[in-house]
Amino acid sequence: MSKFYTEDHEYAFIDGDIATIGVSHHAQDQLGDVVFVELPEKGTTFEKGDEIAVVESVKAASEVYTAVAGEVIEVNSLLEDAPETVNAGAETVGWFIKIKMSNTADTEGLLDETAYQTHIAD
Amino acid sequence: MSDNLKTALFDLHVKLGAKIVPFAGYDMPVQYPLGVLAEHNHTRQNAGLFDVSHMGQAVLTAANADVNIAEAFEKLVPASLINLAENRTRYSLLMADNGCILDDLMITRLGEDENGCQRLYLVVNAGCKHVDFEHIGQQLSGIATLEILDRALIALQGPKAAQILALHVPQVATQPFMSISHVDFDGTDLVIARCGYTGEDGFEISIANDQAIEFANLLLEHDEVEAIGLGARDSLRLEVGLCLYGHDIDTTTNPVEADLLWAINKRRRQEGGFIGADIVLQQIEQGANRKRVGILPEGRAPAREHTEIYSKSGQKIGEITSGGFGPTFGGPIAMGYVDIEFTSIGTEVDLMVRGKARPAKIAAMPFVPQNYYKP
Repeated sequence: MSKFYTEDHEYAFIDGDIATIGVSHHAQDQLGDVVFVELPEKGTTFEKGDEIAVVESVKAASEVYTAVAGEVIEVNSLLEDAPETVNAGAETVGWFIKIKMSNTADTEGLLDETAYQTHIAD
Repeated sequence: MSDNLKTALFDLHVKLGAKIVPFAGYDMPVQYPLGVLAEHNHTRQNAGLFDVSHMGQAVLTAANADVNIAEAFEKLVPASLINLAENRTRYSLLMADNGCILDDLMITRLGEDENGCQRLYLVVNAGCKHVDFEHIGQQLSGIATLEILDRALIALQGPKAAQILALHVPQVATQPFMSISHVDFDGTDLVIARCGYTGEDGFEISIANDQAIEFANLLLEHDEVEAIGLGARDSLRLEVGLCLYGHDIDTTTNPVEADLLWAINKRRRQEGGFIGADIVLQQIEQGANRKRVGILPEGRAPAREHTEIYSKSGQKIGEITSGGFGPTFGGPIAMGYVDIEFTSIGTEVDLMVRGKARPAKIAAMPFVPQNYYKP
């Protein structure tokens, strides 16, 4: 699995042509307690950079965009009744959706783990 | 470095690891490492310490011993003040000419000064304080003088607030709700009001700036007390249906629409005699066209401020003025204004959240019972 991040703190963890999309640990920390996540439906297709979800924390609503294009093949149903899962494990159990990538070259221009850690340290 | 003002407790917030945000011209703690949810719950279950020093404090003193300060101030607010006893506090509204609300405030009658002049102690919102104080000064020019107090204000709120504070200041244990006491605390003069903005029992303690951190630390040493930021302050007040000035009430809402008639007693409704009274009395007589109500969204999605409210037949009937997640309530809650025919409890409406109609119901407030001190 290869880990990629956007500068806006979304991640795409890629295994073959399947990307697991979510928000980074740093993002959940900035958001604060998550109380609702609005997710897309299975079967929806997105272009790179499309809005795929909205995260509501106790403070505000934030849009989440996908770093890669493709079709949603799975949504994390855990978040429906337990949105706080995003805080508990943003980059593990708190993932948002899985996308079957339509273009595996979409990872170009994304940050790898080291580059992302440098980015959030700035 | 930001140009924002800092309260006397700023260094303490930083030391406690607060996330600092600009608010009403001040750098204020929005949350501490505990986080908004845990801070909210801690205040409901134990006691929370809030820095509210950004709010405006002032003492209004009559120009001479013949001036009845309560009667004079009744011109600016619709509260009944002439019967307000010494050290008792009343909530009221600073009124605008159009019958709308310049600010909401707490008014306490102090004892007379050494010249026998009557005095009131005022606490107003941070964002309005300069305008408020100028307005009061102008309106009562020649009748009274306003001294703005540069003092810290520390709120201690929650079911354990009284027992903790009483360990240091025993007399607060039986202090009535909506009253103040003057305390000499090891040579530091404290003005302790029993009131708050969380729906819980609690106190707001006015203290000299240079003593504020030491006193706050004294309270924070107790396991039952945690520092609480503005984030939880907002969810706590929303759950108990309290208005936030600039959102739920402002210079476009009048007290009848805002459902604050409880703050205007029978005599003042009959006599008027306050700024904007003509319009307010007319509204009382005829009824308002819209009213502030509680709103419960179905499901888990919060509906935020400015969310449009629609009737089931698709007509726009109002807007949310405060909305979010109620941690104690355990779901999304909101308040807002709707057209008068849609104000009955249980009325089904739609909230337009991100272009999607989401069902909601008009609901009674408070969403969580208020828990004020009753002897």
